[in-house]
Amino acid sequence: MSTSTPNAGSNRIAGHGRLSPAKTVTFTFDDKVMTALEGDTLASALLANGIHLVGRSFKYHRPRGILSAGPEEPNALIDISRDSARRQPNVRATVQQVFDGMRAKSQNRYPSLSFDVGAANDVLGRFFPAGFYYKTFMWPKQAWDKLYEPIIRRAAGLGNAPEEADPDHYANRFAHCDVLIIGGGAAGLMAARTAAKSGKRVILVDENPDFGGALLSDNTVRLDGKSADEWTTETIAEIEHLDNVTLLRRTTAFGYYSHNMVSLVEQVTEHMAQPDPDLPRERMWQVRAKQVILATGAIERHLVFADNDRPGIMLASAGQAYLNNYGVTPGHNIGIYTACDSAWATAFDLKKAGIAIAALVDCRAEIDPALLAEAEALGLRVMKNHAITSTAGRLRINSMTVEPVNGEGKTDIPIDCLLMSGGWTPSVHLFSQSRGRVAFDEANGRFLPDVYTEDCISVGACNGTNEMVEALAEAAAAAEEAIKSAGGKPKKVKPPRVEHASSMNGFLIGAAKGAGPDDFVKAFIDFQNDVTAKDIRLAVTEGFHSIEHVKRYTTTGMATDQGKMSNMHGLAIAAQTLGKEIPEVGLTTFRAPYTPVTFGALVAHSKGDLFDVTRRTPMHDWSEAQGAVYEDVGNWKRAWYFPQAGEDMHAAVSRECKTTREAAGIFDASTLGKIEVVGPDAVKFMNLMYTNPWDKLGVGRCRYGIMCREDGFIYDDGVVGRLSEDRFHVTTTTGGAPRVLNMMEDYLQTEFPEWKVWLTSISEQWAVIGVQGPKAREIIEPLVEGIDLSNEALTHMSVAEGKICGVPTRLFRMSFTGETGFEINVPADYGQAVWEAIWERGEPLGMTPYGTEAMHVMRAEKGYIIVGQDTDGTVTPHDAAVDWAIGKKKTDFVGIRGLKRPDLVAEGRRQLVGLKTKQAEIVLEEGAQIVDDPNHPVPVPMVGFVTSSYWSESLGHSIAMGVIDGGHGRMGDTVYIPMENEVIAAEICNPVFYDPEGGRVNG
Amino acid sequence: MLLVHCPYCEEERPELEFAGAGEAHIARPANMADISDEEFEKFFFIRENQKGIVFERWRHIHGCGRFFNAVRNSVSDKFIKTYKAGEKKPKLTKAEIASVLPPAKGTPANEPIHTAPTTTGKGDAK
Repeated sequence: MSTSTPNAGSNRIAGHGRLSPAKTVTFTFDDKVMTALEGDTLASALLANGIHLVGRSFKYHRPRGILSAGPEEPNALIDISRDSARRQPNVRATVQQVFDGMRAKSQNRYPSLSFDVGAANDVLGRFFPAGFYYKTFMWPKQAWDKLYEPIIRRAAGLGNAPEEADPDHYANRFAHCDVLIIGGGAAGLMAARTAAKSGKRVILVDENPDFGGALLSDNTVRLDGKSADEWTTETIAEIEHLDNVTLLRRTTAFGYYSHNMVSLVEQVTEHMAQPDPDLPRERMWQVRAKQVILATGAIERHLVFADNDRPGIMLASAGQAYLNNYGVTPGHNIGIYTACDSAWATAFDLKKAGIAIAALVDCRAEIDPALLAEAEALGLRVMKNHAITSTAGRLRINSMTVEPVNGEGKTDIPIDCLLMSGGWTPSVHLFSQSRGRVAFDEANGRFLPDVYTEDCISVGACNGTNEMVEALAEAAAAAEEAIKSAGGKPKKVKPPRVEHASSMNGFLIGAAKGAGPDDFVKAFIDFQNDVTAKDIRLAVTEGFHSIEHVKRYTTTGMATDQGKMSNMHGLAIAAQTLGKEIPEVGLTTFRAPYTPVTFGALVAHSKGDLFDVTRRTPMHDWSEAQGAVYEDVGNWKRAWYFPQAGEDMHAAVSRECKTTREAAGIFDASTLGKIEVVGPDAVKFMNLMYTNPWDKLGVGRCRYGIMCREDGFIYDDGVVGRLSEDRFHVTTTTGGAPRVLNMMEDYLQTEFPEWKVWLTSISEQWAVIGVQGPKAREIIEPLVEGIDLSNEALTHMSVAEGKICGVPTRLFRMSFTGETGFEINVPADYGQAVWEAIWERGEPLGMTPYGTEAMHVMRAEKGYIIVGQDTDGTVTPHDAAVDWAIGKKKTDFVGIRGLKRPDLVAEGRRQLVGLKTKQAEIVLEEGAQIVDDPNHPVPVPMVGFVTSSYWSESLGHSIAMGVIDGGHGRMGDTVYIPMENEVIAAEICNPVFYDPEGGRVNG
Repeated sequence: MLLVHCPYCEEERPELEFAGAGEAHIARPANMADISDEEFEKFFFIRENQKGIVFERWRHIHGCGRFFNAVRNSVSDKFIKTYKAGEKKPKLTKAEIASVLPPAKGTPANEPIHTAPTTTGKGDAK
């Protein structure tokens, strides 16, 4: 028997494995302290310590053990933590390396792993068929909210999400290469070695800590006379130092996107006991490769037979990996159940290591004589043409029942571990993600790459090439071809001479003996979602004939392992039940990610302050010091209101409005979009883009412009100033600036490229200080040089260039409040200084700073619209009562034809009007629906809705705007706004509530 | 994510730098104000939006800012070519069309299989 290394588990086999017995680490599993070797996965460490039982299944709470030794693991999902904030549920024990101080906990059990009350579901299993939820929780309807949903939610999901914020950081990197090789097994290494020689840029990735793939657990193969380990080490040493080669370990290629973009996630610190805090936990790579070589290997399948899920039952390849890679035996009296040659090699390796093999059961009648001879030489009990029809053992398998495939007679054989193999499924996940098409290989029961869409090629086991000699030759040839396609000169590298390679021949897909349609047993297909062969048959019987429907109804393949082991079995059983061939039934879609990816890696630095851009105006510091409350407008932080001590928002806004109307207010309008339209054809261009006529706008004058789309609906608006014959200073809405410039560029570049016009975004070049109110002129006059501010010289809607506080300015006389006003444009860097100078003048004169809310109130008092608030993409200039801004004599502008469409000139269009509530103090809710008759039976016809609504301190009553069917012809009508607790009556009125004669702007 | 060749920069750049701008080769009528409702409908609303070869506009918005045209197979996402705005709609060779075809054969449906429409579009589609 074996000699054990007591320090790192009683199941270590001395002289086996690639780990150094000198380097031990300590970890806990369910609070029990254990020892492992450095390089162990959690799974190998637990097995070394004699532990198979690691969790409870999702639905039936059945005891479950470690099934695999790789990323396909469906069972061994563990909660791993290093400290209270760094905790992650559902980590696959088969890929997580143990580090010193790691805490591991089993999941989905209460109160303990060996005694779990949820296991009652297993006894009641016959009451939980496929589609159980859909069938059971249908009635009574009222029970859903209060009873069923809470229970289901509590039962759903594996593991518990961490509660604290993630303290780690994650990195993101872009890379380009000529050849990206995915998978560092024999084929991938051969391809890398060949490609590297050419000098072209090569990236080789593998999800494991070490390159080698299946070679790492192959003790018998000889490559050029060397062991697999020696050849791998030499190959890596040969290419690792090359400047044109990047090797990425612990890196999973999880997504394959258009034009050869492949996403990788590299685990950087996950295996370290004390990671350098400067290191990212994970690094996301977005690689653009000229050519991709897929060497992703194959994944072994289990066999579908009764009670095939007891702890101690594993994949044969996993048994081999634990022995040869980690030096751990999964048992001491092992049964083998296989339909594939590769499990025989596992049996031989275990036997040679001194482990007892109770029996080697193979369901095939014909076995390779060489295998039979070797088994005989080793003294193995071989039971060919036999099947395992049941197993026993509650928390760990303790026996198996063997029957002849074509006959009667049961033999019970005591065992402590069962290794199984249903053959190998080529990993075509990435190939399929690249939109390649697969074809069914009937002879070997597998789907293989057939037609390629992207510039990639599959080599080795993922391409169905199981013989290592052929796989290596194929890889070398593919690498040469890839280098050639990437524009390089390939250099030949001779593949090594291969001896003693093991075979992967033989397979079984679908149910094995004893798990057929007439057997009432639990034979699991999908371990993670607890789907049995019976569930698939039931789904088909109930009418789910598409494999995509079977998948969703039974949830097979929908767990976090995405059915890496189960899909072929599910497909085969569905096909059999349907009486169809497998290719007729088809595969379900392969989607990214190949294995689970953390949100941290996807998000990288785009979180917290770096989640999005924050734009601040040049005067931001000043408003912040004044205690402004901000609102987000696009990416901008805009001062919303400036509360004084004891003021709430309502009080502050009312004061700001009142003060501005009675004395003056200062407003930061820097966020307005600004575009300079320059050139000999500028006026022609303005005539095209805006509904207004611009020919007669004199230099130094401004005009309110409306811009439509070709369909005639309002797109944007703003004041435009003419600085010279060939230069316009255009303003846009804050949010509209980019799209307005885009539309202008579009027309200029593609429709009228011969016009001599240049467009420049100047939004961020100019800070804009609005000074509004009866004292506005008095406040700024002493600061301005070179501009006559008098009412006669600079009339309302004028612009002049000069200086303020010694700084160049484009000074607009305009008003968005209805008061005498100026908008002072100064270079952004001087914004705050000029603002402060104006404030110093204005404060003693009673000026207030006001925010966007007061701005909104004052513009609504004047009936000025806000595009996007009072218009919604279905409002024409006529609807908004700004059709005076359309040049009636113009022969063309964007929207001229759209405006003539029958629907746009029809009677009864929804039109913008003012609304005055009958009870002056009631402020309507924006967005509220408007009806003519609130007592109308449901459904009540809706005639419009409220677009803007405020309390007007200056007028002493609420004001609102809204759109109403045929509104312009309904002045004085009463309409109703039904709310939750009351019906509000309002009168339709002219939207200009304040100073309807408009005299104040000319003060 | 696509790689797009900007015909002005003469560089292949990632899709992130570009913005799509709809179907190409739809000229704005010179007599815009006078066209009929049917002509306006055709100009403004009706788009080919076909599966397969599409002529489309892109803007290198985070690059040179230029609008340009491209020919792409909307199924395989492969470009045949990109060319400057104002250049004539290119005549495609059979070889060019074949070079961007998606895989035609292969058995199982690892993406939804669409059958060709049975209508010819001449009257019988209503």
